[in-house]
Amino acid sequence: MATAAGRAEAAPRVEARGVGLRAGLVAGAFLLVALAVGLAVGPVHIPVGSILRSALSYIPFLHVHQPLDAVDRAVLWQLRAPRVALAALVGGMLAIAGASYQGVFRNPLADPYLLGVAGGAGLGATLAIVYATAAVSGSNWTVPLAAFGGAIVAVIATYALGRSAGATSTTGALVLAGVTVATFTAALQTFVQQRHTDVLQNVYAWLLGGFSTSTWSDVAICAPYIAASSLLLILHRRVLDVLSLGDDEAASLGIDVSRARLTIVVAATLGTAAAVAVSGLIAFVGIIVPHTIRLLVSTSYRAVVPLSLVAGAGFLVLADVLARTLLSPAELPIGVVTAFFGAPFFAVVLRTSRGAR
Amino acid sequence: MIEARDLWVRFGPVAAVRELSLRADSGGWTALIGPNGAGKTSALRALSGLVSYDGEVLLDGRDARKLGRRALARLVAFVPQKPETPPALTVAEYVLLGRTPHISYLGGESRADRDAAGRALRRLDLESFAERHLGSLSGGELQRAVLARALAQEAPVLLLDEPTTALDLGRQQLVLELVDALRRDGLTVVTTMHDLTLAGQYAERLILLDGGSVVAEGTAAEVLSAPNVAAHYGANVRVVEDDGGVFVLPVRR
Repeated sequence: MATAAGRAEAAPRVEARGVGLRAGLVAGAFLLVALAVGLAVGPVHIPVGSILRSALSYIPFLHVHQPLDAVDRAVLWQLRAPRVALAALVGGMLAIAGASYQGVFRNPLADPYLLGVAGGAGLGATLAIVYATAAVSGSNWTVPLAAFGGAIVAVIATYALGRSAGATSTTGALVLAGVTVATFTAALQTFVQQRHTDVLQNVYAWLLGGFSTSTWSDVAICAPYIAASSLLLILHRRVLDVLSLGDDEAASLGIDVSRARLTIVVAATLGTAAAVAVSGLIAFVGIIVPHTIRLLVSTSYRAVVPLSLVAGAGFLVLADVLARTLLSPAELPIGVVTAFFGAPFFAVVLRTSRGAR
Repeated sequence: MIEARDLWVRFGPVAAVRELSLRADSGGWTALIGPNGAGKTSALRALSGLVSYDGEVLLDGRDARKLGRRALARLVAFVPQKPETPPALTVAEYVLLGRTPHISYLGGESRADRDAAGRALRRLDLESFAERHLGSLSGGELQRAVLARALAQEAPVLLLDEPTTALDLGRQQLVLELVDALRRDGLTVVTTMHDLTLAGQYAERLILLDGGSVVAEGTAAEVLSAPNVAAHYGANVRVVEDDGGVFVLPVRR
């Protein structure tokens, strides 16, 4: 250890690195490229330059000439753009929710579906597909609303059960309550499906998730929840770092741990439920994106939370491009793509970053 | 100054701490000693407001219960026996988290917070470690980082639960000397300690707990008698006293 004598008296530079300029620029560029690819690629190829000019032509007083004909315009702005926007919103939400859950439960395997969101949404959607679609045919809001409602009810049930089992003092009870609720809803869902095998195909199509029928109204339904939820989670990024010190130390630093945890879980859950409602269940995004950022950038939630939002959005947009082009004109379920390409990619990141340390 | 009056900590029907009263002044070091399960940690956690208690905890005469959580954290810094040290955080990031009670709930660090963290790093001779990851530090370095985190809190009362666990003898002395230097800076220090000789060397006042109750208190010479240690630790010891202090030496039965 060096002695204090003779050392410059200037205080050392102490900073939390946070996102950092380079990581921020890389993540932003990744998202922009993903969005451009998402808009340009498809059965009808539309050059990126035309997309840009087409977008600018809608802005008054710029007098940019619309380069696309009516059909291309419709393909771009009515079919592709809502799909890309929705994939970005859902991917960003699942990743930021995953990052937050991992922080709040101090469990690297926590994903946004941990507290029963998936089971509840699946049950809600199944019930809606089986019992309600015929009654309200023509309305494509029934399934998303039922999934959203199911997800919220399941998480409330998890919280109530966890609380009665002492979840205020440990997160373990809450996670176990989540497993209990998820198992129960899965059993109910399977039971309903077995009783109505005629709709199995529809139910599975929804469960596997995807954006093939995305419209601007889907974007409008989920965007407010996702925006509010993401904003709240980003504001909590430093609190998540404090919570990573454990409940005792966070409390001794003046944080109301139970309330902070509840706020973060509610925010992450609302956003996830909204995402699941319009996209079905998309596995792996909530795990792989935050961990990739931890391995490549920093484990501080000040970096992980905002970067997960941006990188998750780009990741799911690209996954969706693969889902709709690999077997075109058929579509792969996007969950298959996220897992099939995500798992090897993550394996490489895991191996190389381990080796680097 | 921290004061406890008639403090009780109960876990269901079990009383972990009974009728504890203590008063620790600025620049003083009080050590809570006693066998496993004596209630040392529970007492310390009650002083830092982490467990509910009956009785009173006063900070400069003010009731700790009436202070908000953040206000309390600005007055009392607490270091648990096994602090969580996320291995990939840098020392600087970790020490900055100690500024939490001075930062609004959703806020970020100000210049003043970064300066305070910088001072804490310098005080513990950790400047060259600022960018190192916690996972790359040795046990002694890590304990210094933990102390720096507590010091960055700039609370006048420092509560340490077994600050020398898992350190070798040299590191134990180093850490205790650092704590002693902080005490001389004017902090009020209350620690729990296992090593009776070290407790007697550093703390000016010892409180011996057994079964949650205070069974002896005073200076090392008053508390660390062979009969006391035999009665409450069930240990056979020889107590040697000379100019260097009081030494409690285990002797095979």
